[in-house]
Amino acid sequence: MSQHSQLIYLDYAATTPVAKSVAKKMTEYLTVDGVFGNPASRSHGYGWQAEEAVETARQQIADVINADPREIVFTSGATESDNLAIKGAAHFYQGRGKHIITSKIEHKAVLDTCRALEQEGFEITYLEPQKGTGLILPEQVKAALRDDTILVSLMMVNNELGTVTDVAAIGELTRDAGVIFHVDGAQAVGKVRIDLETMKIDLMSFSGHKAYGPKGIGALFVRRKPRVRLKAEQHGGGHERGMRSGTLPTHQIVGIGAAFALANERFEEDHAHVAKLRQKLWDGLQDIEEIYLNGDLDHSVPNIINISFNFVEGESLMMSLKDLAVSSGSACTSATLEPSYVLRAIGRSDELAHSSIRFSFGRYTTEEDIDTVISQMHGAVDKLRALSPLWDMYQEGVDLDSVEWTDH
Amino acid sequence: MAYSNQVIDHYENPRNVGNLDKNAKNVGTGMVGAPACGDVMRLQIQVDDNGIIEDARFKTYGCGSAIASSSLVTEWLKGKSLEQAGEIKNLDIAEELALPPVKVHCSVLAEDAIKAAISDYKSKHTEAAE
Repeated sequence: MSQHSQLIYLDYAATTPVAKSVAKKMTEYLTVDGVFGNPASRSHGYGWQAEEAVETARQQIADVINADPREIVFTSGATESDNLAIKGAAHFYQGRGKHIITSKIEHKAVLDTCRALEQEGFEITYLEPQKGTGLILPEQVKAALRDDTILVSLMMVNNELGTVTDVAAIGELTRDAGVIFHVDGAQAVGKVRIDLETMKIDLMSFSGHKAYGPKGIGALFVRRKPRVRLKAEQHGGGHERGMRSGTLPTHQIVGIGAAFALANERFEEDHAHVAKLRQKLWDGLQDIEEIYLNGDLDHSVPNIINISFNFVEGESLMMSLKDLAVSSGSACTSATLEPSYVLRAIGRSDELAHSSIRFSFGRYTTEEDIDTVISQMHGAVDKLRALSPLWDMYQEGVDLDSVEWTDH
Repeated sequence: MAYSNQVIDHYENPRNVGNLDKNAKNVGTGMVGAPACGDVMRLQIQVDDNGIIEDARFKTYGCGSAIASSSLVTEWLKGKSLEQAGEIKNLDIAEELALPPVKVHCSVLAEDAIKAAISDYKSKHTEAAE
């Protein structure tokens, strides 16, 4: 059994465990007594069987997002899908213009890709999210569109805040303007309905491991009508209609297909479950003074909640929460020593960003888990505020912004 | 990140948490760091008539290593003269707590806090002498 089984896992937005039925199915595509063939082998049954498994998975993914299976390109994950979509479209359509619109709260897979394109001479507009809530509004996109805009890239669900972007409305704008619209949907599957028949999204990235599938596999939806073209980033045997060469990992593909199908099957059940847990947690923390919700619960997926506990620092808070596996926006928990750029972008002060905890729940979280979380959060916040000079100053009525701090 | 046992011990059982009267003449207060950087330390020393630190207290907003660094120095300060206290070096703190390189700045902050507290104490006495 897991050595961490005593820990309560509340980091489903970072990754999810693979559903047992999915893991079991994957093992049937690896060994000599299973379907281990290369799906690209056209000359024998080993290849045909593997190809059939791949095409079944492609259909399963297409079904979840209401698309055609020929619109699905398998990749190594959402990061690669984002890279292929953004660079592939930018390089293909650069003759039309070199302006791209994205936002300040995108995943690094999008932001760093955009930075790389800036080095090549593309111009990027980074939309500012709404203060506090982090929403990106369609009218902001409309105002940023220019004659030389070729691509808009926005996430459907923000991974830190859980906020949902109105990609349906934005798709109407980009389609009218003749601009390609890429959406990172890594956090969306199983949490919000995705209908690519009605949503005018041209490219959409997906991840296996955020939806109870395996790591190392993702997909990119590439619309056929109207046709969207990409310049391939990875060259080789011309797999995936030339857009992404490389032998298809049959077991991984079977895994993401089965996981997505399961997420669809369990959509209502999963949704109701996590929504109830989140409400319970939020209600249970209300009596703690000076807490701030980062995001907007009315426009968000039900499995993520991000809260700042003012005057306590996130890493020490996590140290107190010994039985909980959560994430923090504190600089101390990241490699960069900068607090969360997402929280900074929604206007949170550095100290509130340092004090944030992201709780994300899933299929295997229980009500008892949430009871434990509520009780441990109270204990940890009380303990650390008793240690905090900032809490003292707040209690004395000192305005912390008026203090001259010695930066270091 | 894995914490050393020393850091965990000080974090779980912080020594000498609290406040001394910052207006008292025999108390020196040092506050260093900034909320924006993720750590603020307040260190206070109480000095007896012979110039020996008889009490030390801290409060710290920051990561476990910052809390442990300040807790540790309150232990070290007691019984030291101001001169001896001024000789405490961040590397000694980092070594005692087995801080990893990314946390060495916590020990630097603790050293700065000691210096700031001594300087505050001395300023009170310079004024008094005038």
